[in-house]
Amino acid sequence: MVRAPGGDPLSAPLTPEEEAAARFPGARRPDRQRFVSSQGLRLAVSEWGDASAPAILLAHGGFDFAGTFDVFAPLLADAGHRVVSWDQRGHGDSEHAELYSWDADVRDMLAVLDSIRADPLILIGHSKGGAISTHLIQAAPDRVRAFVNLDGIPSHKPPPDVADHERTRLLARELSGWLEHREKAGSKVRRSDTLDGLARRRQRMNPRLSLEWLRYLATVGARKDPDGWRWKIDPALRPGGFGPWRATWSMARFASLPVPLLGLLATESEPMGWDTQPDEVRPYLPTGARVVALPGVGHFVHVEQPRRVADLVLEFLGEVA
Amino acid sequence: MRVERLRHVKVELALHTLRDGPGRALLLLHGLGERTPASVPAELAAWPGPIHGLDFTGHGQSTIPRGGGYTCEVLMGDADTALRHLKQATVVGRGLGAYVALLLAGARPADVRGAILRDGLGLAGGGATPGTATIPFPNPGAGGTPDPFALAELSRDVRPPDYATAFLRQANELSGLERPVSVCAAERPDWLAAVAKEPGTLETPLDEALRHYARV
Repeated sequence: MVRAPGGDPLSAPLTPEEEAAARFPGARRPDRQRFVSSQGLRLAVSEWGDASAPAILLAHGGFDFAGTFDVFAPLLADAGHRVVSWDQRGHGDSEHAELYSWDADVRDMLAVLDSIRADPLILIGHSKGGAISTHLIQAAPDRVRAFVNLDGIPSHKPPPDVADHERTRLLARELSGWLEHREKAGSKVRRSDTLDGLARRRQRMNPRLSLEWLRYLATVGARKDPDGWRWKIDPALRPGGFGPWRATWSMARFASLPVPLLGLLATESEPMGWDTQPDEVRPYLPTGARVVALPGVGHFVHVEQPRRVADLVLEFLGEVA
Repeated sequence: MRVERLRHVKVELALHTLRDGPGRALLLLHGLGERTPASVPAELAAWPGPIHGLDFTGHGQSTIPRGGGYTCEVLMGDADTALRHLKQATVVGRGLGAYVALLLAGARPADVRGAILRDGLGLAGGGATPGTATIPFPNPGAGGTPDPFALAELSRDVRPPDYATAFLRQANELSGLERPVSVCAAERPDWLAAVAKEPGTLETPLDEALRHYARV
């Protein structure tokens, strides 16, 4: 059977331009793909590298998917690691869930971790993935031996890629907008577009990433239907929202992390960025933690500078081994 | 008793009609782990209009999601699905349903004609501030409703007093009612104590609250 780069059976053949878009310098699709059931919900798991090597679990950010590690993960795998990632519920090739919440994401992550059978392991999380990793370590500290947080350290500002969490704005407009989204979400179908159109729309939220990369991402994170390409992500998911959680609670909890920690912070502001400042983080760092601000780099640190970020991670892992 | 199936995103909700008739509806929201009662509870019988009860996601005759993910905000969406069906309602909630009734009164101030907050299971949630980080893995139980994930997750969600009062203030500002929320509860978790102290809240026995909103 002919399959799309993301692994789906193709309902429409790729054009030569789309075939070309599915190749990106340095990008490598996972060596192994499998599924894990989290309480009956099917999660897509990707693996790169030697299955018997020391394990690293990578957690992607909100509205991303494991394929966003297609350049970064192979760099770690080639340095002698088994690199595992998964598509969070509703994202990428994982099933769309009835409900989404912070607790559910952390529980799903633990189901993936259980399936690796090689803990304590190394956790690397980007953005929202860094934040759910932080929660997982606090709830299951014996499962993790080192933690790298890629621009997902909490700040006083609510993170833009997290739905229904760390938000307290209660404008009437926001509440009714959310409820109206819920009203329509049950029957919503994502708009179809060309591959290039998907890449250009995504670039509005990811203005620092090249169209060439975003087109590549679309070949993995979108599927080609007879009437065009659609992102696979559940249309019921919506960035923003509101909820009782406070960003300051996450900051205060950060100080309790019991494992060696490397935090990388972006310094270039952008729509999906967290804008966390090194000075803001310092009072909340656990003992021995190191935080590095990367000049001239935006929120997607591992996409903008995969080699540099991989080197920083490998150097840190060498120190804590 | 008639049951209608309403869709809230991917969940099918059961809305029960306990009593038909003309006039504004009374919408019952049950407590944590409960379901809509089989008949009109005696203490609500004096309500002059029709009476409906909603089974929340994972409760009663509503469907059970895979792998949890419950939040009170999603339950507010459940209640809003019922409210849209009924157009307008006075909402009476027990425990967890009382907290959801308050959220809905703030989110849909034009359509909620009074929210009555009563004692019941799940009134306190997880308290005013987060406790120790945990990952709830409930025992799967016997199958069926209530969903053990609902019991585990909705008994530990954080309910800060100023979050609750923000919804109350919105009901105050936008409902056009002088007293959009009534507190008829003995148990007073922090969020409810804060709500009870706010202007716009009526602290009153249940029968008085029903009479009050029947006149609105």
